[in-house]
Amino acid sequence: MNKTKTAKRSPAEEIDSVTIRFAGDSGDGIQLTGMQFSTATALAGNDLSTSPDYPAEIRAPLGSLAGVSGYQIHFSSGQALTPGDEPDVLVAMNPAALKVNIKDLRKGGLLIANSDAFSPGNLAKAGYAASPLADGSLSDYRVITVELSQRTAEALQGLALTKQQVERCKNFYALGLMYWLYDRPMEGTLKWIEGKFKKAPVMVDANKKALLAGNAFAETAEIFGQYYRIKKSSLEPGLHRNITGNEAMALGLLTASQLSGLQLWYGSYPITPASEILHELSKFKNLGVKTFQAEDEIAAICSSIGAAFAGSLGATGTSGPGVSLKSEAMGLAAIVELPLVIINIQRGGPSTGLPTKTEQADLFQALYGRHGECPMPVLAAATPADCFEMAIEAARIAVKYMTPVILLADGFLGNGSEPWRVPDVSKLPKFPPSPLPAAGKFQPYQRDPQTLARPWALPGMAGYEHRVGGLEKSDITGTVNYEPENHERMSLLRQAKIDKIAVEIPPIEVLGPKRGKVLVVGWGSTYGAITAAVTRFQARGESVAAVHLRHLNPLPSNLGEILGRYEHVVVPELNLGQLVHILRDRYLVAATGINKIKGLSFKVAEIENGIQALLTGRRN
Amino acid sequence: MSDTEMPDHGLTQLPGAGPMRSAKDFASDQMVRWCPGCGDFAVLAVIQKVLASMDIPREKYAFISGIGCSSRFPYYMNTYGFHGIHGRALPVATGVKCANPDLQVWVVTGDGDALSIGGNHFIHALRRNVDLKVILFNNRIYGLTKGQLSPTSEFGKKTKSTPWGSIEYPINPVTMALASEATFVARGIAVDIAGMTEIITRAAKHQGTAFVEVFQNCVVFNDGAWKPIEDRATREERVVRLQHGKPLIFGKDRNKGIRLKGFDAEVVQFEPSQPPKDLVVHDEKAESPHMAYLLSKMNEDDCPIPVGVFRAVRQPALHELMEEQIIKARQAAPTDVQAVLNASEEGGS
Repeated sequence: MNKTKTAKRSPAEEIDSVTIRFAGDSGDGIQLTGMQFSTATALAGNDLSTSPDYPAEIRAPLGSLAGVSGYQIHFSSGQALTPGDEPDVLVAMNPAALKVNIKDLRKGGLLIANSDAFSPGNLAKAGYAASPLADGSLSDYRVITVELSQRTAEALQGLALTKQQVERCKNFYALGLMYWLYDRPMEGTLKWIEGKFKKAPVMVDANKKALLAGNAFAETAEIFGQYYRIKKSSLEPGLHRNITGNEAMALGLLTASQLSGLQLWYGSYPITPASEILHELSKFKNLGVKTFQAEDEIAAICSSIGAAFAGSLGATGTSGPGVSLKSEAMGLAAIVELPLVIINIQRGGPSTGLPTKTEQADLFQALYGRHGECPMPVLAAATPADCFEMAIEAARIAVKYMTPVILLADGFLGNGSEPWRVPDVSKLPKFPPSPLPAAGKFQPYQRDPQTLARPWALPGMAGYEHRVGGLEKSDITGTVNYEPENHERMSLLRQAKIDKIAVEIPPIEVLGPKRGKVLVVGWGSTYGAITAAVTRFQARGESVAAVHLRHLNPLPSNLGEILGRYEHVVVPELNLGQLVHILRDRYLVAATGINKIKGLSFKVAEIENGIQALLTGRRN
Repeated sequence: MSDTEMPDHGLTQLPGAGPMRSAKDFASDQMVRWCPGCGDFAVLAVIQKVLASMDIPREKYAFISGIGCSSRFPYYMNTYGFHGIHGRALPVATGVKCANPDLQVWVVTGDGDALSIGGNHFIHALRRNVDLKVILFNNRIYGLTKGQLSPTSEFGKKTKSTPWGSIEYPINPVTMALASEATFVARGIAVDIAGMTEIITRAAKHQGTAFVEVFQNCVVFNDGAWKPIEDRATREERVVRLQHGKPLIFGKDRNKGIRLKGFDAEVVQFEPSQPPKDLVVHDEKAESPHMAYLLSKMNEDDCPIPVGVFRAVRQPALHELMEEQIIKARQAAPTDVQAVLNASEEGGS
């Protein structure tokens, strides 16, 4: 609550949920504004889901359509499973932002526009012949204009700032307005400003003033007429914090290091949208993590393989193009049978494709994209916070089975955020490496009969000296061996080892009726949209159920049996149909797909339409 | 270990077996599968002998390699060994050394492995001063793939992939190492056992990247790769041995020396009793690598080829800097993962 004022006079309306999109030039601080709003919303106790949408260019020409950056947040007193299909509120900082985003705004929704930016020049850059704020073209919406630049300048009068510096504070003025409108606490942001601009005290002052002035303006000028209240969500008790998938991935690896008792080594090469994992981990040298920004993707993974050989928990993170470069080394990790976590934050492809947009088209690459017979466990996180759990799961499987493990997420998860309940680390299961046999005649490929994992003896240990490498090796002894029978035996052993992991994958649970008409099978970041869609059908009494896969290789052992209990199996994916192929291949089911490949996540309505089509088709 | 402590991967508590005393202790039980007469045998023998003389237990050595004839080296050492993929020995070794700084890590590579497919890693491992002993076997040919052009093959050279003669200019490994800011750069001749033993011993003791180019013959695909330099009969006329603080004098009769003519080296003849005053005096510890670079560019057509140590300077190695940052960070921030998980970066908690 805003403690700087007395009780609010404006009337408040209780609402369950709202979706807001902030949009402006990529230099307008839109991502920052959105993230601050999200943090304040998490502090206000609402469930939330966010989705940033920014261009691949750092600073496209000012005011241009190409330079529009957006940030959408959906928050609720109940569950916020997705960032919302269509915004209820659009904050447009300039004509280009309006032009790009207005088509998404719900009819009757609220548009807040910075009228100062609607100059003839900016209008022309956005392709408007006349100002849409004046020509009646926005009559479907409730339009509120604010002279953001002018108001901000008035608020900051007397501070020693250049005109440009003043202009840069207008996002905080807008944020102040929005905090008032949705009754969000400002303390967190005020504190954050102090930290962020520590080195420029005048900017601390300026941004704080802008925020407070925006907030006060909304109150005193009564531009909105009323404000909104969204009750706290009934989140599980415990400490919650808003977290992006990439942050959760980093914290998951740090926790895995603790749980395994292994030093964490993270070798990586900068790539959108995975770089934040490297940034996050680099901060935590206090936890002993060693991060290495390698000269390329290949060096990144090879350094992690080297670190694993020396006894670290090796990990590397990248996006699809990086995985392509790493794939030879992934084969090396598989044949030397060392633990390694390979994270792919997928983006639109092929090639550079849509680097800042989301996609799920690397599933085939993860499962099959290597030379030779090279099976590897593949996991996929379902939500931003789930990245934490799945990073630990990937590390656990890697260490227990002595194998590289692929963990898939995507740009939507990596950059998106949601509240995360901070776990008590002391209550999480530990997974130290298996003890070694006694020193002496050490056999590096003498496998554990249960897991088929080979022993992990580390350089520095006397009596365990051995050599491993990329050449095929003899069963048990690990010496180089080109014999036909041995190669077949080793290939089968490597496959069997991965297949065995299925025994410890928990049986998959069905959301909804245990048998019936439609089963929706999802994997990865489609979780939120699928769950929201399926729940709506269930609320209407329709026979629609869902399962969500977090283990894609091996698949959960009860999946085939579940698939058989429904008339239709449908697989929504942000690709042209990959999991659907695997299900058809593996289980001989007539599964169909709901596919989208636009660099955007699913809207709930798109999945609903796909399911509805199946249900309707059945009735005909 | 309590939950709040940094994970200790247990290496500090391991028993050491004590130093080895014989070269044989470093030989594995694997049959050495290089061609008879290959220059690699001599280097293997020298390295086994040098390791036996060091005060480091066998289990603390790791030999890392990529792909190529020389890259089979780790299989023949009774130490820890890792035979990786083509060109990538250096990044693998970087991970090994930095993950466990207690190890002494050697990289065995070739002219194709290090300078062609692994060229990028070569530059970056050296500029980072990773504490690795990098031995590059230069036979100016691709041996394992049966005789194609390598980045060090001479211009005009006829190989299986250049039947009309090579139209590419070769690269000089020592020049490249110096340009990559290597802190120890040396060159030896495989068959010159005494010279090699000295160089390898010094490389083993250097802290930081120690780069050694070895002139080595390929009896099958490039026989005579370094003939006049290798041959005992002609060797002393064709090489000049670098010795720190000494003038560059060479020849069987010690009657030739190197002096500068502008930015180039030139040979000067003299009476052995009266060496000219203006001969280049070798300074391997010079802060700037300019002179070492000039020496590396000496052309075998009109100058002797320098062998020995071009440069040996001490700079903090990557693993040392990494450990230092961790120590500092651990003094400044909580070392408990729970505290990190609890803290929200964005101002609230």
